[in-house]
Parts: sequence; C-alpha cells; structure tokens
Amino acid sequence: MDIIGKRRMFLAISGILVAIGIIALLARGLNLGVDFTGGSLLRLRFERPVTASEVSKVLTSRELADLDLRKAVIQPIRGTCDVQVRAQVGGRPLNDEQVGRIVAALSQKIGQVSVIESQMVEGVIGRELLGRALMAVVIACVGIVIYVSLRFEFRFAVAAILALIHDVIIVLGAFALMGRQVNSPFIAAVLTIIGYSINDTIIIFDKIRENLRLRKKETLEELTNKSILQTMTRSLNTVITTLLAVFALFFFGGASIRDFSLALIIGLMTGTYSSIFIASPIWLEWRMWDRARQQRQAAAARTKQPGPAKVR
Amino acid sequence: MRPGTLWRLVGIAILVVACALAIYKLPMNLGLDLRGGTRMVLEARDTDTVKADEDAVVRAKEVIERRVNQLGVAEPVIYRQGAKRIVVELAGVKDPHRAREIIGRTAQLEFKDEQGNVIMTGNDLKNATAGPDEYGRPAVHFELTSEGARKFEKATRENIGRPISIYLDQELLSAPVVQSVIKDKGQITGIGSMERAKDLSMMLRAGALPVPLDLLHSEVLEPILGKESIDQSKVAAIIGAGLVVLFMLAVYRLPGVMADIALGVYGLIVLAVLASIHAVLTLPGIAGLILSVGMAVDANVIIFERIKEEMRGGKRLRAAIEAGFARAFGCILDSNVTTLITAGVLYIYGTGAVRGFAVTLGLGILASMFTAIVVTRVLITAVVDRNPERYAKYFGA
Repeated sequence: MDIIGKRRMFLAISGILVAIGIIALLARGLNLGVDFTGGSLLRLRFERPVTASEVSKVLTSRELADLDLRKAVIQPIRGTCDVQVRAQVGGRPLNDEQVGRIVAALSQKIGQVSVIESQMVEGVIGRELLGRALMAVVIACVGIVIYVSLRFEFRFAVAAILALIHDVIIVLGAFALMGRQVNSPFIAAVLTIIGYSINDTIIIFDKIRENLRLRKKETLEELTNKSILQTMTRSLNTVITTLLAVFALFFFGGASIRDFSLALIIGLMTGTYSSIFIASPIWLEWRMWDRARQQRQAAAARTKQPGPAKVR
Repeated sequence: MRPGTLWRLVGIAILVVACALAIYKLPMNLGLDLRGGTRMVLEARDTDTVKADEDAVVRAKEVIERRVNQLGVAEPVIYRQGAKRIVVELAGVKDPHRAREIIGRTAQLEFKDEQGNVIMTGNDLKNATAGPDEYGRPAVHFELTSEGARKFEKATRENIGRPISIYLDQELLSAPVVQSVIKDKGQITGIGSMERAKDLSMMLRAGALPVPLDLLHSEVLEPILGKESIDQSKVAAIIGAGLVVLFMLAVYRLPGVMADIALGVYGLIVLAVLASIHAVLTLPGIAGLILSVGMAVDANVIIFERIKEEMRGGKRLRAAIEAGFARAFGCILDSNVTTLITAGVLYIYGTGAVRGFAVTLGLGILASMFTAIVVTRVLITAVVDRNPERYAKYFGA
C-alpha cells in the first residue's frame, strides 16, 4: 500500500474537511451550553414522554409571557420522559420563583412534572470557564510541543500539533453542523482527543525515528511509508478497542454522557486518520523542503566561490 | 518455571488480593452527579455598611460551615476560590434544593421599632427552635443572650402598645404589638410553613452571614438522577470491557488471554487506588475509566506487534519476547507521557466533574503502563518458559 505516494490527495481531503469545519464554525457557530453562556438549564421529568412543541406551547403561553421564554431551547431526551430546557430571562438565569411558575404551568397543562436537575449560571462565571477551557487547551498543546521537541525533533512536534489542530477543528465543525451542545465535559472530550491524537501520532514517529537509525538505501518516502505500514495493525487495533469502549458509553451510558461520547467517537476516528495520513506526510514534506533548501544553498555557495575543491 | 518468575507471579497475586480488599473495604467516594446533591459558587458582595473584605469572607465561610453541619451532610466540601468566592459542594444531601436555600440566605434578622431604629439583630439570639405558637401557627421560639435581653427589655418597656417589626433580609415577617415587657424569650410568627420555620431556626442558630452572598453558579441534582447514571454506566462499563476482552481474544489468542488477565488486574488497581486516595468518582470520571480500558489494551497491542516483528526478523520466541518488551517500552512511554500532560492540565484548569475525569484518566494511564509492562510480561514468561517452541505459533505472524 502506498500511502505516502498519495499524500497530496490525503492532504487535499483533509484540507477540504478542515475548510468545511471552519466554515461551519463561522456560519453556524457552536451551540454553547449554559455553563459557558450563562443562563438556566432544567431537566424536567414528566410521567409520560413529552414533545418539544407541547412544552414550548406552555412556555410561550400568556401566563408566562412576562418571562419571554420564546428563545428557550427545549430538547426531549430520547428514550425517557425527560425534557431539557435551556432558558434565560433578561440575560440572567431563572430564579426559584420563576422556575416555580414554569413548573406550575407545565403540571397544570401537561401533567405531573418535577425538576430533577437544574443549573443556574451567571454570565460572568460562564465567560471565566470558557477562558479557562481555552487556556487549558493552549497549555496542553505547548506542553506537548516541548516534550515532543525534546524527545524527537521540532519538526515532529509541529507536524503532530498540526494533525491535532486538524482533529479538533473537525470535531468542533461537526458539533457546529449538528448543533450539538458544547459544555464542560465536551472540553474534557476535546482534551482527551488531543491526548489520543498525539499518542497515536507519536507511535508512528517513533517508528520513523527507529527506521531512520537503521536506514540503508531507501528514499525518505519509502522509509516513511514503511514505518506507517509497520504500525498500521497497532493503530487500527487500538482505535478499534477504544471505539468499542466508547460506543458502549454512547449507547448505554445515558443521556448525560452521550454528547461527550459522540465527541470522542468523531475525535478518535479523525485522530487515527490524521496520524496515519496527515502527520507523517506533513513531516516528510517539511523535511524534504528543508533538505532541498540546504542543497540549493550549498549549490549556490559552490557557484559563487569556485574554490579549489571544484577545480579538483 | 524459573524461580524469579514464580516470585513475580506471587507478587502479582498479592497485589491483586490487596486491591480486591481495598475495593471491598473502602467506600467509593461518589461525586454529586452520581448521587445527587448541590454545588454552589457564592460571591460576597459589599453593602452600604459592610465591605466584603477578607475578614467578612472568612466569617461567611464559617457561617456556611455551621449551617452545613446543621443540615447533616456526610462529606461537605467547602472552600474559598479567589478573594471573594466560596464554593460549596454537598454530594448526597437528601433535599439539595432546600440545602441551597438554607446556605445562600443571608438570614439577617432585625427587630425594629416604629421609627425604624434597629433594636436588636439575629446576633443577640442565643438559641432558636421551630414550633407552633399558641394558635398552632408555625413560629420560631428564641432565647436571647444577656446583652440581647437587656436591649429587648428596654425596647419593649418603651414601646408598650406599639408594634415592633421583625424583618428577615429586609422582608417583613410580622409586626406584633408589644403587650408587656419581655426579657429573654420570645417568638417570631408570620413565617408561612413549619418547614420554613425549621429552616429559619437553623439559620438563626448558625448565625447570619456578615455580607450577602450572590449565587453565581448552582447545580442541583436529584439523587434519583445520580442512581440512574450509576446504573447506566455500570451497563456501559460491562459491555465496553466485555467487547474489548472478546476483541483481544479473537485477534491475539494466547497473548490475548494474558492481556485480558492484565486488563482485569488493571481494573482492580485503578479502582483500589481511587478508593484509597479518596478520589471523587464522577460521571465523566467513569467515562475516563471506560476510555482508559480501551487505551490500556494499547500498550499490550504495541508489545505483541513488536514481538511478532522480532520473530519475523528471525528471533526465537524467548529472545523475541525479551526484545519486544524492551523495544516497546520507549514507545509506550513517549506516547503516554503526552496523554499524561493533558490529564495534568485538565486537573489544574478543570473544575468539578472535569477534574474527576482528569484523575481517572491519569491514573488509568499509569496503571495501564504498569500492567502491560510488568503483569503481561510475567504472565507470558510464566507460560512460555516451559516450552517456548510449542507456543511460538501463538505469537508468530
């Protein structure tokens, strides 16, 4: 299998995916959860499955008109009698009295209901949390670059980071496209993806490094391709076992963990893909470009100063 | 079997028993998303009269601690964050909603005369209990300190026939007309329900907050939801681990069995360590554990693939195993250190549930490295040592 020979194609595919991701992010934006935007999140439990429009009708009814809940996001949780409601009143979370009125109106018109989970977040806390989350991602990346530069070389580190940015943009873009909620567990998922993607990339780089030491007469392309193929079984087996575990989480882990698992599923797949098809090609292109430049410089030096070496 | 291998096997057996004992004996510390409860971030606010300085925040925290004690929560977590914030986490509290109510309330009680002069405050109370008044209405009965009694006696003497108003956080509760001079005992009515009278007496006993606290963030989770999460994650964990075990068996056969045993040891180690360091297990934490089961297999996969490669290169089984483990080590280390870096960053910058995730992820990585490098190796050596040639086909390409 010649992966390196087709590297331009894979780079192009990834370029397109990343572009789609960025456009999705810019056009649709992320559906940030209340822990980042501020506001209220209520999980209501009814005695029977309830549709979003049933709840919406009550929330926008005349008796709750002063709360202006038209922008409330209502999401029934599949396979349960629960409904999740996200709302703000005048840019602030609901207070207890307002929640009480909503519950009273719902139980009057739909039937017995109880609040089994509630989150109230003031905007200032949400912004802080978002700042901390971004900070965490940046610091993790810097830490990884430093470690990989020390153990390998700077080019490997940058290639690994590029592959990882590729993964993160695709996961974010997918969440933007699907309109899925982004909350603090999602940040944990993204950081896990970062860890996994790097981990996966390094296994391949480790092989390249080893083969470079034992290198005979092969070209750099051949060597890189061989290294990728040698680690391929490992890459696939590991992603399969990890995905088996995460799919179990997605299907059986309950609603609270579903978006988290979904982010991991997408991230693990792009992480494996980018380790195999993106990270090594980037490293290879860079290294070949560096060498070509060195040779050009050397050649230029030789033509400028025709020294005795040339005469001989 | 060589004696060295035998001793290592015994060592692993002891480790397994110790871990099992620790899991059996020590209670697992569950986070509030797994057993219900409440988490609050409160911020002290300046008032016209009192500044929310260091001293006020320290005292506010003490008041909250007393109130939490009154609620009888098993392991409350109360800590300061920054200069003006106090974080309260009450996992396992039965009625989280009420707990939030009791803790966040300033509970500044004031007795005022007709002119609006403050006669005395909640600080002058020695004790407060809830109970019905003579008409059966909910009331709080209070006893005064000696200084409070002096103030109250003077005020009631001067105000006979006139009302004294009782305010809670600027809200008028009642304004009884003074019939006679009262010294050291009294009651407050106009509270509403008996439940509220109980809460109020509790707050009065614990004292008022020196400054009002704004609720910046609150999470309230009913215990039922926590129980559901535990049940669902158990199912997910069993299915996930089961699939991984089957996969390893199907792909790697004999070494796969060793890896599966190592995976079992890994699970025991992680749970035992979590229990003994009193780590809080949260829902994302469990997700981290399930995820790390997948990753724990990774080290084994790397080693087995390496052994295969060494055999393809012409080595005999025993030499290939030696070389495989030795060469795989650097690779496993490098790939895991980076994941450890992210777990560390998550731990430092994360809050609440995310932190729980970081702990289990980090611990999972360390334990998986240990089991793959030590446990799997001892098991394989123990089996293969008897007759390397017979087993060679199970490892080969």
